[in-house]
Amino acid sequence: MRLVKIVERLLVAIPIMTGVAVIVFFFMRLTPGDPVDIMMGQGGAVSAGEMERLRSEFNLDKPLHEQLAIFLLDLARGDMGNSFTRQRPVAQLIAERLPATIELALGALIFGLLVAFPIGIISAVRQNSLTDRLSMAGAFLGISMPPFWLGILLILIFSVHLKWLPVQGRIGSDVHLTTITGFYVLDSLLTGNREALVSSLRHLVLPSVTLGAAVAAIVARVLRSSMLECLRSDYVKLARAKGVSEFSTVAKHALRNALIPTVTVVGLQVGVLLGGNMIVEAVFGWPGLGRLVVDAIFARDFPLVQGAVMVYAFTFVAANLVVDVLYTYLNPKIEM
Amino acid sequence: MATTTASESIPSWRYVWGVRWRLWRQNALEFWRELHKHPISVAGGVVMVAYVLAALFAEQITWHNPELGSLRNRLLPPAFVASGSWDFPLGTDAQGRDLYTRIVFGARVSLAVGILSVAISMVVGVALGALAGYRRGRIDGLISRFADLLMAFPFLIFAIGMMAFLGPGFVNLILALTFKGWVEFFRLARGDMIAEGTREYVEAARVTGQKPWRIVVGEMLPNILPTIFVLTTLRIGFMIVTEASLSFLGLGIQPPTPAWGSMVADGRNHLLNAWWVSTMPGLAIVGLVLAINLFGEGLRDILDPRLKLE
Repeated sequence: MRLVKIVERLLVAIPIMTGVAVIVFFFMRLTPGDPVDIMMGQGGAVSAGEMERLRSEFNLDKPLHEQLAIFLLDLARGDMGNSFTRQRPVAQLIAERLPATIELALGALIFGLLVAFPIGIISAVRQNSLTDRLSMAGAFLGISMPPFWLGILLILIFSVHLKWLPVQGRIGSDVHLTTITGFYVLDSLLTGNREALVSSLRHLVLPSVTLGAAVAAIVARVLRSSMLECLRSDYVKLARAKGVSEFSTVAKHALRNALIPTVTVVGLQVGVLLGGNMIVEAVFGWPGLGRLVVDAIFARDFPLVQGAVMVYAFTFVAANLVVDVLYTYLNPKIEM
Repeated sequence: MATTTASESIPSWRYVWGVRWRLWRQNALEFWRELHKHPISVAGGVVMVAYVLAALFAEQITWHNPELGSLRNRLLPPAFVASGSWDFPLGTDAQGRDLYTRIVFGARVSLAVGILSVAISMVVGVALGALAGYRRGRIDGLISRFADLLMAFPFLIFAIGMMAFLGPGFVNLILALTFKGWVEFFRLARGDMIAEGTREYVEAARVTGQKPWRIVVGEMLPNILPTIFVLTTLRIGFMIVTEASLSFLGLGIQPPTPAWGSMVADGRNHLLNAWWVSTMPGLAIVGLVLAINLFGEGLRDILDPRLKLE
């Protein structure tokens, strides 16, 4: 039964993805600026014939509905076409950049959860204590802080003044690493390269903290409020009355139920982390998907923008689906 | 409350509005009393008002040109640092412009973009939400699907795409933020309208033969307004951060007009020798957004505990 629902949801995602594809397609084509002109603008003088040849190579000389049909049919076959500016398959370009983006999102998520869980739980157990008040004030700050500024502040403190951590990039330029998966931390582990592991982890710290601060704040607040609700419930009172130890009451009885709303929020944050990090990527010179898209938008690189946005939309749909599945798993009372 | 029996005629508009006014005043008084229990939110509100006043009277409270500096005054430190002077309270940037002046003028951009983009988003979103939630059927399906589509785009990517599409500029910036910003208001208003639609007073209004638009605007909208108002406040903070992010990437307000995001970006090249250039405008953003969020959080506690800041 549950599997049927999941398949159903996946099928519903198809029209949404198609809609997204159509919107991006028209959006990019209605944007002023001809891709071939912009490309040639960088290369200097080119003959009109050469430009015509490029236009026909990119199918830009065909009517719009034909271009759309070609794009959608290719997409259905899993072909995202070739980038105009980089003359390589879009799928390949995205595959190169995606690990960096995912690695950063994972780093941010781990940081966020590591901070949010102790804070959320302790704040709820010791409600209205000094710890609680300071934590919630900190959480408010985390939500209100623009990531680009937090990143710069961290660079200022930890890179410029204390010189503890690097300013830019994913790995030291003098470190050699054979890439297998594109996840530098994982690759260093796989190849047993200790120097690369240390370097890539050190590069990961500041961007992860910058991106994860908001996650930490949001999750801590949700966890605290749902923990408070659970701690006041009858089953927790019963557990206490039965003489269950305080630790076990909090950890087993209250926390497990408080996880239900928390999981939803965490799941939605994963979507935000993957889709909203071009700012952090820009601050830390992180070679991820976000910067690729921003560059592609300005170069009017239609296939690249289209492909990347499809990846984002897919992540969003997938994150929502995973949240719903987890939700029903944690709370069997809810039907999908 | 007016209890009309079958023999009585429908109460006059004057009578209805009299009751409404008394109820409204009662609510406002109650709201005022509740506000006293949220001193931190009140503080947030006060800071917000201070920012607005500073933006309005920028010319009166500053004494330098926000767009023109002198290279002789390049990268001077803030007044509270040993070598600083009170002529430039927060120091100067690489072009010798007074940071304090630029921050005060920058508040105009942030507040104007934040307030206008949220206001337009709210009007569009609530209008469509009310329409979809009251009428349901085909039109609801159509707008809801479109809203779902827009939800699948990351906000910033969408805004960046819109800015590429429209080109830079103040009006375009607001358009870019509004184009996706209405969706949250739409979803909230639609859900609330559907919930309200099942209540008795709506049925009563229908039975008395009121026109649909009158039921929606006169009867239902006032009831969902508090929730909408809370979301409005919380979204202004978000829009201000998004505007600053776009300006940081060089896509928002164009130089030399001061905008906080681009000022932070300017300071990136001087982190080693002039930390204040990036830090000060950032503090201005944090102060304002924090104040808005604190105020909105208090409003939420009082008006609608369902909404959470996320």
